Amino acid sequence: MRLNVTVNGERRQADDVWEGESLLYVLRERLGLPGSKNACEQGECGSCTVYLDDVPVCSCLVAAGQAEGREVRTVEGLADGDALDPVQQSFVDAGAVQCGFCTPGLVVAAHDLLNRVPDPSDEEIREALAGNLCRCTGYEKILDAVRLAADAR
Amino acid sequence: MDFLRPTTLDEALAIKAQRPDAVPIAGGTDVMVELNFDHRRPEALLDLTRIGELAEWSTLDGTVTLGAGVPYTRVIDELGDALPGLAMAARTVGSPQIRNRGTVGGNLGAASPAGDTHPVLLATGARVEVASVRGRRFIAAEDFYTGVKRNALEPDELITAVRLPVATGGEQFAKIGTRNAMVIAVCSFAIVLREGHVGAAIGSAAPTPRRVGEAERFLLGELPWDAPAPLADSLKRRFGELVASAATPIDDVRGSAAYRTHALSVLARRTLTWAWDGYRGSVRECA
Ligand SMILES: Cc1cc2nc3c(=O)[nH]c(=O)nc-3n(C[C@H](O)[C@H](O)[C@H](O)COP(=O)(O)OP(=O)(O)OC[C@H]3O[C@@H](n4cnc5c(N)ncnc54)[C@H](O)[C@@H]3O)c2cc1C
Ligand code: FES
Ligand code: FES
Repeated sequence: MRLNVTVNGERRQADDVWEGESLLYVLRERLGLPGSKNACEQGECGSCTVYLDDVPVCSCLVAAGQAEGREVRTVEGLADGDALDPVQQSFVDAGAVQCGFCTPGLVVAAHDLLNRVPDPSDEEIREALAGNLCRCTGYEKILDAVRLAADAR
Repeated sequence: MDFLRPTTLDEALAIKAQRPDAVPIAGGTDVMVELNFDHRRPEALLDLTRIGELAEWSTLDGTVTLGAGVPYTRVIDELGDALPGLAMAARTVGSPQIRNRGTVGGNLGAASPAGDTHPVLLATGARVEVASVRGRRFIAAEDFYTGVKRNALEPDELITAVRLPVATGGEQFAKIGTRNAMVIAVCSFAIVLREGHVGAAIGSAAPTPRRVGEAERFLLGELPWDAPAPLADSLKRRFGELVASAATPIDDVRGSAAYRTHALSVLARRTLTWAWDGYRGSVRECA
């Protein structure tokens, strides 16, 4: 089937989409946006997190056809040209990135948190990031990055 | 595979009548896992996310009609006061991303013995509203779960809503798991106390979620409704024993049957204390 979807503000079209495939697959394999990562395909790791109509979701659990006519914002759509979003910059500055596989999902989840709660408590940060797994950092630097981003915004 | 995208309930019901094999997909948090892992290759997917009427809720005469497609995040944000027990269960589901998509309708459709909303629906005395081209009917929650991952839906039917009473006393839900997020319940328990009603139900401790009738009747008779004072330990213990005795759990990777039975008696005791406090608070407010 043909899929029409607005991604990072641009109207995009994908052809020959299999009806059962995920939005994550469409983004990575059909639209050339490999920022969102595929680590589990079962909603457990959060590395595929994107905004769907402004709501953060696991794109591996959205059927491609459910995104028809909707707006998707991926990690690629957060920076303003060459200027990183404050959340992205804070992950760099806080050293919150090791292998980087979890980073795109965490950045989107943290971005959403700070939109809703500009000055989150540690509890709120932990709760908001509970669906994002990181196998490298031990999370402390990630928490630092979110606090730093909250101050920077 | 076909991808069917009705925008009204009538259209969806007409499709389901013609194609009972079409698999409904709401939040997709159960369906997509099965597709991604090739556990299921349906002939057709029936997308319910474009049907506005499934994503609404309303309150009339002390009853909330909660559309099958309202995601958990909205249950928590919008219905925490009216449906505290359901909101508590919703808060324990998966992660923020899962709660942004997952729905009560999907939980009912999947009918997993471990689904978190089930004990609350049972304990509140909820009714499941289902519809087909043949008409609409209501199924009491206790008649809805018919076996492991089986429910009382006919092949041409869709779940349209659940109807629950607005809370007037104390409601509690508790669940055992290895962390606070992203856990399938090892076991779970819900209790609802309001004047003249005791509802209590267990999850993940039998082939289906189920009410614990003997424990409910015991409480109904023994609770000091007219002079709500703190409860005696012996009463709480007895309630815990009766709840545990209604379970028929299995040993699996999440926990042993013995652990589940023990944990249930503890959950029952604790949630009874909290729910009774809630009930006493509501009585004081009215006085
Ligand atoms: C990472 C992860 C964590 C999870 N954690 C939990 C948890 O903590 N607790 C818990 O209870 N569940 C959990 N789940 C399971 C799932 O999120 C819930 O069961 C959720 O309620 C499903 O809702 P959905 O809208 O996503 O359902 P879908 O996946 O869209 O559908 C589920 C089933 O219901 C059917 N269906 C959906 N809507 C209707 C309808 N209106 N009428 C008829 N049939 C319908 C579908 O055909 C399918 O069989 C988790 C899932 C994942 C991936
Ligand atoms: S790839 Fe989607 S949650 Fe892991
Ligand atoms: S940095 Fe490697 S998984 Fe998080």
